[in-house]
Amino acid sequence: MKLNIKINTKPVQAEKGEMILDVLERNGIKIPTLCYMKDKFPAGACRMCLVEHVNSGRLITSCSYPVEDGMELLSHSPRVINARKTIVELLLSNHPDDCLYCVRNKNCELQNLSDELDVRHRRITGVKNNHSIDYSGQSIVCDPDKCILCGRCVRVCEETIGVSAIDFILRGSKTIVAPAFNKGLNTSSCVNCGQCLMVCPTGAIAEKSHLSIVIEALQNPELTVVAQYAPAITVSIAEEFGLEPEKDMNGILNAALRKVGFNRVFDTSFTADLTIMEEATELIERITKNSDPIPMFTSCCPAWVKYVEEFWPEMLSNVSTCKSPQQMMGSIIKHYYSKIENIKPEKIFSVSLMPCTAKKFEAQREEMTQEGISDVDAVLTTRELGKLIRLYGIDFKNLEPEDTDSPLGTRSSAGKIFGATGGVMEAALRTAYSMITGNELEKLEFEEVRGLSGVKHSKIKIDSLELGVAVVNGLGNAASLLKEISEGRKDIHFVEVMSCPGGCIAGGGQHIGADKNSIYARIKALYEIDKNEALRVSHKNPQILELYQKFLGKPNGHLSHKLLHTCYKKRIVLL
Amino acid sequence: MDLRSNLVYIIRLLQTSVKGKFLNLALKSNEMEKVDLILKEYKNACHDSLIPILQEIQEAEGFLSETAIVEVGNHLHLPTSKIYGVATFYNQFRFQPKGKYNIQVCRGTACHVLGSSTVLNELEKYLKIKAGQTSRDNLFSIEVVACIGACGLAPVIAINGEFHAKVTVDSLKEIVESYRNREELS
Repeated sequence: MKLNIKINTKPVQAEKGEMILDVLERNGIKIPTLCYMKDKFPAGACRMCLVEHVNSGRLITSCSYPVEDGMELLSHSPRVINARKTIVELLLSNHPDDCLYCVRNKNCELQNLSDELDVRHRRITGVKNNHSIDYSGQSIVCDPDKCILCGRCVRVCEETIGVSAIDFILRGSKTIVAPAFNKGLNTSSCVNCGQCLMVCPTGAIAEKSHLSIVIEALQNPELTVVAQYAPAITVSIAEEFGLEPEKDMNGILNAALRKVGFNRVFDTSFTADLTIMEEATELIERITKNSDPIPMFTSCCPAWVKYVEEFWPEMLSNVSTCKSPQQMMGSIIKHYYSKIENIKPEKIFSVSLMPCTAKKFEAQREEMTQEGISDVDAVLTTRELGKLIRLYGIDFKNLEPEDTDSPLGTRSSAGKIFGATGGVMEAALRTAYSMITGNELEKLEFEEVRGLSGVKHSKIKIDSLELGVAVVNGLGNAASLLKEISEGRKDIHFVEVMSCPGGCIAGGGQHIGADKNSIYARIKALYEIDKNEALRVSHKNPQILELYQKFLGKPNGHLSHKLLHTCYKKRIVLL
Repeated sequence: MDLRSNLVYIIRLLQTSVKGKFLNLALKSNEMEKVDLILKEYKNACHDSLIPILQEIQEAEGFLSETAIVEVGNHLHLPTSKIYGVATFYNQFRFQPKGKYNIQVCRGTACHVLGSSTVLNELEKYLKIKAGQTSRDNLFSIEVVACIGACGLAPVIAINGEFHAKVTVDSLKEIVESYRNREELS
């Protein structure tokens, strides 16, 4: 049913059940919001989206008010603007005045709103907050002083990730967002996925920066500083410089990293191929030899691994023992590359560039250190990488593409699509098929595992075996599947889980403020690379084969187990 | 700090932590029994029973301990962060055991008009604890109450049910000290 309403005296048609905000946006009117999250039930808490309801003379929240027939609305009347401005002024009344030093300077919704609404002086003076900053987590830093209590982090943690590590505590002007018992994030159930900081409008939640230790290492002449970058980085780093996400920037990124001063530059997609070799072998062993329980879960996502350790410890034996590509690359650099280059492992400083905050946590796990040598020494997010490139005055737009270093630089496009949800599954299936049958797939694409729906199921026939696979993105979608499996569901053999909705391309380390369209564009860019690539399967990557021949022996062999596999154990936290 | 005082400090720290551990353990087993009994009453309870359960635990224990909250979370399938969020929203819940002398500070209208906020601030400063907390020697705790129905005596505080009328900054300290002396004599 069509409803006739008037927006700013202009007649407009709307569907029944639509929210006013959606109608306004469709008609090209931008309404400021703070607590509003697309695709989530409206909260109506911040009152930023107020519009004037002429019929009743009231101000109503457009995000949570459905349209009614004959409604007359004013979206930017003096009264509305005044109300919005007052809200911002009230939010600023107890907000710290340290924008210049804030990690979100120039990319802050509160800053933008106060600029848009032309707030030029402090009209309302409140008592400044004085909470201590929570530095306890390995990935995420919380500064409650900067929090405006919009609640988006709380909702994302509960509804999208299904962890509920944080919530509002106390009441009124004393309210803060914090883990249970107001303890540090390190003892909470937080999985470090960073989706909270992606939705935070201010600098209240931010990643724990590793920039300064990386810069220090770059300046140390005794260290060989090695960089590796994740598959998702090359299709998203462009956004940090205001460019379109569609292009693969790997050549330009290589050049930029060398200009910054990294001695060697590798592509984590190479060890994504390695992960596939190990993981596919492990999967086949689990199915044919019954060595470990089925289904097998991927272990690439450190947030997911921590989630299982905390919430489903009884299922830890289902998680693949493979380290993530980041850790495999770190391990191969320190234990193999160091040998061929004749550099002492302790003189290598290994930096990984990741779209992820949980990778910071993963890099410092005790399982990821062997004989006192950590696989990866520092992890930078895409945002930090952008800062680093700007800091070194590199004109990202005017660089000649360069190649990655050898012999850990060649990748197949199967390793590249790791960045999107379903990518690990697709790459693993391509290799598993070949390992089982000895033939190559005629059609390499597995359309059923692509796309953004929460849980994707598929059946794949490999010889006599019918392989049941499931792909989960958005950790909150994993619980129901895990429950089914723990209750005895048997038709699934292999499950890929990525904590962030969309996979790593939408990870917690990516550019803040990207909309769904850029997520689609990033995914499209990855599959475009795959489409146009000659080398599309991991098991044909010549440098992977060389690595096995010269160093590792065979997949899942003795040395692989020492360097590329690990095991996880139950983690006791406040659930 | 010289070496000797450092050593003394460390020994003291060890002593208190060891003592604390024993206390905690003793507390835990005893307390968990009570919590379990309460939870048994709410066998098939869902989320809307949260507040009654918390109230009953507080009734039995005098406060909500971390272990109790975790236990309730397991029982109701609720994250502890949510339970703690709900519990801290309400003034009625406390998270530390009450002190031997529980000081209720009235913050009703009449007391407010006659300066009860200064009384509360001074008391917090004097005992070095905030409202809802308990002093480290477990002797005093502060509780804020809305009105204790003694407006004629404003500003009024009540310590374990004994009322103290027309409290001033100076008399407040005397009152607190009189309780401390009482403790030392006994």
